[in-house]
Amino acid sequence: MNSQTAFAVPLLAPELPCPSGLKTWNNSDPATRYAVYRNNVVVSLIDALADTYPVVQQLVGEEFFRAMAKVFALANPPRSAVMAYYGQGLADFVASFPPAASVPYLADVARLEMAQVLAYHAADVLPLPNQALQSALTDPHQLEHLRLGLHPSVQVIASPFAVVSLWAAHQGTTSLSTVDPDVAQTALVFRHALDVNTLELRPGAGVFIGALQAGQTLMAAASQASEQATNFDLSGALALLLHWQLITTITPGDDHEPEH
Amino acid sequence: MSQQVNSPTQAFGAAATTLPKRAGVGLKPEHFQVILATQPDIGFFEVHAENYMVSGGPFHHYLTRIRERYPLSIHGVGLSIGADGPLDVQHLNALRALLQRYQPQSFSEHLAWSTHGDAFLNDLLPLPYNTATLQRVCDHIDQVQSHLGRRMLLENPATYIEFVASTWDEGAFLTEVLRRTGCGLLLDVNNVHVSSVNHGRDARATIRTMPLKQVGEIHLAGFAEQVDGNGAPLLIDSHGAPVAQAVWDLYAFTLALTGPQPTLLERDNDIPAWPVLLAEAGVADQKLQAMHKATQPQATTVAVEVVA
Repeated sequence: MNSQTAFAVPLLAPELPCPSGLKTWNNSDPATRYAVYRNNVVVSLIDALADTYPVVQQLVGEEFFRAMAKVFALANPPRSAVMAYYGQGLADFVASFPPAASVPYLADVARLEMAQVLAYHAADVLPLPNQALQSALTDPHQLEHLRLGLHPSVQVIASPFAVVSLWAAHQGTTSLSTVDPDVAQTALVFRHALDVNTLELRPGAGVFIGALQAGQTLMAAASQASEQATNFDLSGALALLLHWQLITTITPGDDHEPEH
Repeated sequence: MSQQVNSPTQAFGAAATTLPKRAGVGLKPEHFQVILATQPDIGFFEVHAENYMVSGGPFHHYLTRIRERYPLSIHGVGLSIGADGPLDVQHLNALRALLQRYQPQSFSEHLAWSTHGDAFLNDLLPLPYNTATLQRVCDHIDQVQSHLGRRMLLENPATYIEFVASTWDEGAFLTEVLRRTGCGLLLDVNNVHVSSVNHGRDARATIRTMPLKQVGEIHLAGFAEQVDGNGAPLLIDSHGAPVAQAVWDLYAFTLALTGPQPTLLERDNDIPAWPVLLAEAGVADQKLQAMHKATQPQATTVAVEVVA
């Protein structure tokens, strides 16, 4: 074991003793001083998670959150020096963390908050000019074969819980006491100009946008949405994408005739 | 009434290759808008490189606009130059792209390490100072400077522990690293104070052991105070408090040896309102401006002598 391994491993393993080979000018116990590094590492990781997941923290309280974040951080240190994206695995961790089982919607709220961070830092891509969109979308022969590319900040989160309302209740506009957490909601997260927006989608619109992101043609995405949601409103879903300027590319789809 | 024309000591904007010898402030997202709205008279801004290794969005929007108006220092906190293992080439590529995009007057990193295996530990960890680490640090700095195509500054760390395996003192180690690699020194005066207290040394004597002729920037910050196992003071480089009087005194002592230097007020935790940071930077700026005034006649004399 080289010296940096000996120094690094106990930083994330509180049960291990202070490494050897350390000295102090006044012969004080090196463990007290090594503990500063232990504390710096763990606290900085917990703080980074608290920055990304403020609503998760509010839902369970600071003490519970920091204890949970510590367990997560010790087992899942960052793999990159770019700390903005740290903690992408927290939602899955929360979902299987027994002490959080009494808050079943916590993992999906975590998914929503990470989606907001990703949208905030997503690449800058200009929307298509309205004119190009209108001419493509009003030609019925082209329309159904088109593939629409969406802004890289766009993310859909479908949850069996009321994730949008739960999140909104912590933005100071509505009260948590009025939220029934057991109502299924689908969230649309995206950045418009410099602001990250979080909207509730009808379930069909969520399926539709997800299918577009998977590269399906407009027609295929619309039929998939109609299969899964009987009241899917294609023009409403397109109007939403147009209103928020989320369409960045239009490409003609494969023009295959169906086989006879 | 004649209009007095100030002659700034450093060019402004992208053409400049060094930071102005004035005070600067660490740029925080909380202050993006007030800075653009008020355009304060300040020497430069500094950002942590890793915070801007994101694809797009508000961080790049605001940094682009602030860079158009101010000189910039990009300060890395995640390159892990002191690591046992190889440098992360992906990280170096991201740094190169960031430097190409923003054309900062200065790029700096730390004499420290922060990676182990594929884990990033998010702290600046100490290394022993000996022949083996000297070689490794120099190899890494050579690689960084060649990959980025520019000279970097290396910052002295704040440390809480020392190694039995060290055979060099920090000043001599840094002097040798600079001699071998040609990089410059980012002299963190707060770190010198913190480490000197933590290791029972005299801070002014430590400053004198540093390669002061290669200083390209100075950092000032606040610290937190704890005690070690014997009850002796143990200072923590927290960047979460105003600069302490002892550090201001050490700064004045340092400037007397180095002459005026670009000086950054670092604040990363418990970030106060913008006017508070600006006022703290103003204290450093006044010291620097006073030195500029004091040295001006001398500089004129030298110029005349050269011409004659």
